[in-house]
Amino acid sequence: MAVIFDKSVPGRHGVSLPACDVPEGLEIPAALLRQSDAALPELSELDVVRHFTELSRRNFGVDTGFYPLGSCTMKYNPKALEAVAALEGFSDLHPFLPQLRHGGMLTQGALQVLYELEKALCEIGGMEAFTLHPMAGAHGELTGMMLIAAYHRHKGNRKTEVLIPDEAHGTNPSSAAIAGYTVRPMPTNTRTGMLDVVALESMLSDNTAAIMLTNPNTLGIFNRDIERVVEIAHARDALVYYDGANLNAILGKFRPGDVGIDVMHINLHKTFATPHGGGGPGAGPVGVRANLEPFLPVSRVVKRADNTFSLDYNRPLSIGYVSPFYGNFSICLRAYAYIVLLGAQGLIEVGENAVLNANYAMHALKDAFELPYDTVCMHEFVLSARRQAERGVHAVDIAKALIDRGFHPPTVYFPLIVKEALMIEPTETESKETLDAFIAAMRAIAEQAEHDPDVLRQAPRTTPVNRPDETRAAKAKDFRFPEKAG
Amino acid sequence: MTPDDRKYTKSHEWIKVEDDIAVVGITDHAQEALGDITFVELPSAGESVEAGTECAVIESVKAASDILAPVAGEVSEANTTLDDSPEMINESVYEDGWIFKLRNFDEAEVEALLDADQYEASLEKDD
Amino acid sequence: MSYVANTAEQRAAMLDACRAKSVADFFSVIPESARPRSFALPPPKSEMETLERFRQLATRNYSHLTCFLGGGIYDHYIPAAVDALASRSEFYTAYTPYQPELSQGTLQAIYEYQTDICRLTGMDVANASLYDGGTALCEACQMALHATGRSRVVLDGGISPVYRTMLDSYTANLSIEFFQTEIAPGPTNRAALYEALDDRTAAVILQNPNFFGVADDFSDIVRHCRERGIRTIVSVYPTALALLKTPGEMGVDIAVGEGQPLGIPLAFGGPYLGFLATTDKLVRRMPGRLVGRTVDRQGREAFVLTLQAREQHIRREKSTSNICTNEGLCALRAHIYLSLLGKKGFKDLAALCHAKARYARDRLRAIPGVEILDGHPFFNEFIARLPMDASEAAGQLVEQGLAPGLPLGRFYPNMARLLLVAVTEKRTKRDIGMLAESLDAILNQ
Repeated sequence: MAVIFDKSVPGRHGVSLPACDVPEGLEIPAALLRQSDAALPELSELDVVRHFTELSRRNFGVDTGFYPLGSCTMKYNPKALEAVAALEGFSDLHPFLPQLRHGGMLTQGALQVLYELEKALCEIGGMEAFTLHPMAGAHGELTGMMLIAAYHRHKGNRKTEVLIPDEAHGTNPSSAAIAGYTVRPMPTNTRTGMLDVVALESMLSDNTAAIMLTNPNTLGIFNRDIERVVEIAHARDALVYYDGANLNAILGKFRPGDVGIDVMHINLHKTFATPHGGGGPGAGPVGVRANLEPFLPVSRVVKRADNTFSLDYNRPLSIGYVSPFYGNFSICLRAYAYIVLLGAQGLIEVGENAVLNANYAMHALKDAFELPYDTVCMHEFVLSARRQAERGVHAVDIAKALIDRGFHPPTVYFPLIVKEALMIEPTETESKETLDAFIAAMRAIAEQAEHDPDVLRQAPRTTPVNRPDETRAAKAKDFRFPEKAG
Repeated sequence: MTPDDRKYTKSHEWIKVEDDIAVVGITDHAQEALGDITFVELPSAGESVEAGTECAVIESVKAASDILAPVAGEVSEANTTLDDSPEMINESVYEDGWIFKLRNFDEAEVEALLDADQYEASLEKDD
Repeated sequence: MSYVANTAEQRAAMLDACRAKSVADFFSVIPESARPRSFALPPPKSEMETLERFRQLATRNYSHLTCFLGGGIYDHYIPAAVDALASRSEFYTAYTPYQPELSQGTLQAIYEYQTDICRLTGMDVANASLYDGGTALCEACQMALHATGRSRVVLDGGISPVYRTMLDSYTANLSIEFFQTEIAPGPTNRAALYEALDDRTAAVILQNPNFFGVADDFSDIVRHCRERGIRTIVSVYPTALALLKTPGEMGVDIAVGEGQPLGIPLAFGGPYLGFLATTDKLVRRMPGRLVGRTVDRQGREAFVLTLQAREQHIRREKSTSNICTNEGLCALRAHIYLSLLGKKGFKDLAALCHAKARYARDRLRAIPGVEILDGHPFFNEFIARLPMDASEAAGQLVEQGLAPGLPLGRFYPNMARLLLVAVTEKRTKRDIGMLAESLDAILNQ
């Protein structure tokens, strides 16, 4: 379909502005003005509505169908969360209001939401304090690394390394490096699919500032040595960072804080059902044990003796500001509404059903595809299309064939330690009928790979485009629509 | 398949001495693994490099790979044709797809690297 | 409330298929000693009860005040079609467009958004969005440091104090030296800035209009820096760009900014939208996602995420940035907003904001005891010096339903009497009159 700029008709306009009720006139010297008007499209409101409606029809969301994108927790996003976020008392609240004298009193409802969400996350993670400021999971990781650096600096420790398992999300090593650390990858035990504790012991030194763990890890396997891992790290004054990307599986079954984990983040857009937005916004609150609390970002919401809430900016040991205000407030708001809706029982059911759905699908598929780590999985499992690849059908072909059968594909080619990886995360909100249909589709594709691999290599056939040329995109560098001359 | 007029590293670079200059590129195995190459970040002429350190980056659509200097030396020239035609590496990996040239290197260091047979044997071991 | 679909019978059948007696079997991998010591959360609530609870909380916020607050975040009108279109769940319940065949909607929208940002800023290329204007500035700073291999950054005194503190925090563990020129209400002091530059300086960071509302043309600074191999980064207010000379016209290397004014709710601080645009030369150092136009197997136009080899999921510890999730839905909102306003509407809007700000300035200037920081071009924000503590005055005006502006003492103790007043198209002549009269009343009666 045409890009919006090609639909522009000179002189046409959409939104009407109020008439100017004050004297008009430009009081800006000509030298400071732009040479020509920004070439935005000229369209009626209906033109714009049709354009974006058509675009939306070329998209697939959780509301469209099953979206088992591993490690992304594409669960249903309850509509009530959107209704809460749209309340004007929240959506129209200027973030600088608390800067007026006694301004905290002008935002008591918002501060209470932040305070109560922080307390709820502490209880869920077994941590002693949370900051809600990080604006995404990776931002939480970076904040966590900054906290760890501040902790060691305060203690006079000079540590330069962070150890990270090779199966970890790419953001882990990236965040640690951006915080100034040297990253050393740790091997995964090829038999158990868990971090190799022997390797950890040999790599850990007095120079290790932290180890970063995801548990369950990206293979969907819970590391039962977790207590031992924490103990080994702490013996060297290395802190343990817990990537909460996969927290959905273990709600009410495991709390990182209980085993001595020092710092963790939670992706509210995964576990707490806030919409993924086509790639954000999300939120990545960070929890810590009490000894790291003084380093948390400015500001902190505090509850006063009279049960009112205020913002504390006087935090001399703080790492400072990681976000301009209080984090992605309306994402936090949605997540808190989700916690209120589900309550303790609902959250426990989330984990149990996410794990049941994943194990059910894994059992139904493990003969049709290779299952490199055949053990109980948590919220997700990783198949390998190695067997199909021998017939010339790769993970990408299976993904595209699933599209033709009405499903969003799983995550492919991740984690990197599994060849031809297909990482499947059904989530708890999917029904058995949906899972059965998906299982049937996967099995049909595996069957087709044996007899008719060419058809799979040509998929998808039902979409507006078929396998865009990525090499050409990288070379052509066409990142903006050219402006017409004149 | 693997030319025997040059030396190789385990990290899949080749190095060929031509008088006082050594030409460096990647092997056919490496270009095959990377797929269609879309970009090469070249070292600058005059830059000093140590053996085993990163001095160029090759990107394809799905991967990025660091190119390590096979031996220590000084970069005398980078193959700037690759700026516009990175696919040259896919098309002519042992000739026009060279990446950079070194001078002031130690020929003995080059001699100590793998020969074609040893490199091919190292590939078999990897699989 | 529970969103789990399966019935007890279905769950029993599924457990059977897994040869498990109960879900407890799956969790037996968690050692007894590692089980939760507590999970004390309240019981579930229905949707009706939950909404009522949040309605109550929402009423405890003074969102209805007549708002003259700015400082980087502005109370602009959001056309109804922005919410209607951004609420289509095909957009908001999708994720990062890894599968282009199922994401042409998101991908084309981002490509068009990138085009919008290029056209607003006059730059060559824009990314698919960052978290907010502050993190965008931090990322721009990293780009300049890497591009130059230098280690020092000079900040102009006119950049937002919020962004300055964010820069400090982000670089605390890196060996980067920041130098801040003197902070004073007014335009950039060229002499002081030039004196601060040396051959280790990677970048100069400027803001337009600056935190004190002053609009400027940085072309001279850009030239001066370029001769010394120093990159220039400018943080801009996108609505002002409808009128003001663009970063591209000034020749800057990286333009960043807060996209909140482009149809994104105030929402007590987020989510917002960081935009970042640069020159073709620096595109590979740009953080975050980027959408490119290409063709598919049948030669049809198609959009894909591209240059991903720079990113964390491929480069891991060597990536240009750790960003993964961006603010896709906010970028979509900004693109819908700009499309609705269009070429003329966006310019008219900016002119309206400017005219109203001029009127507000004239009304405040007429109040005995109020002094306007004057003599410099401005867009829609200016500084009034009050004969009393500005925060105290603001506190009193709140009781009359006004948020009169941002008191600067909170950021700069020596500026306790300064009030930064922002005026958008939403403020009527009557609102402005009320501000002037109420301020006059507390100062002079």
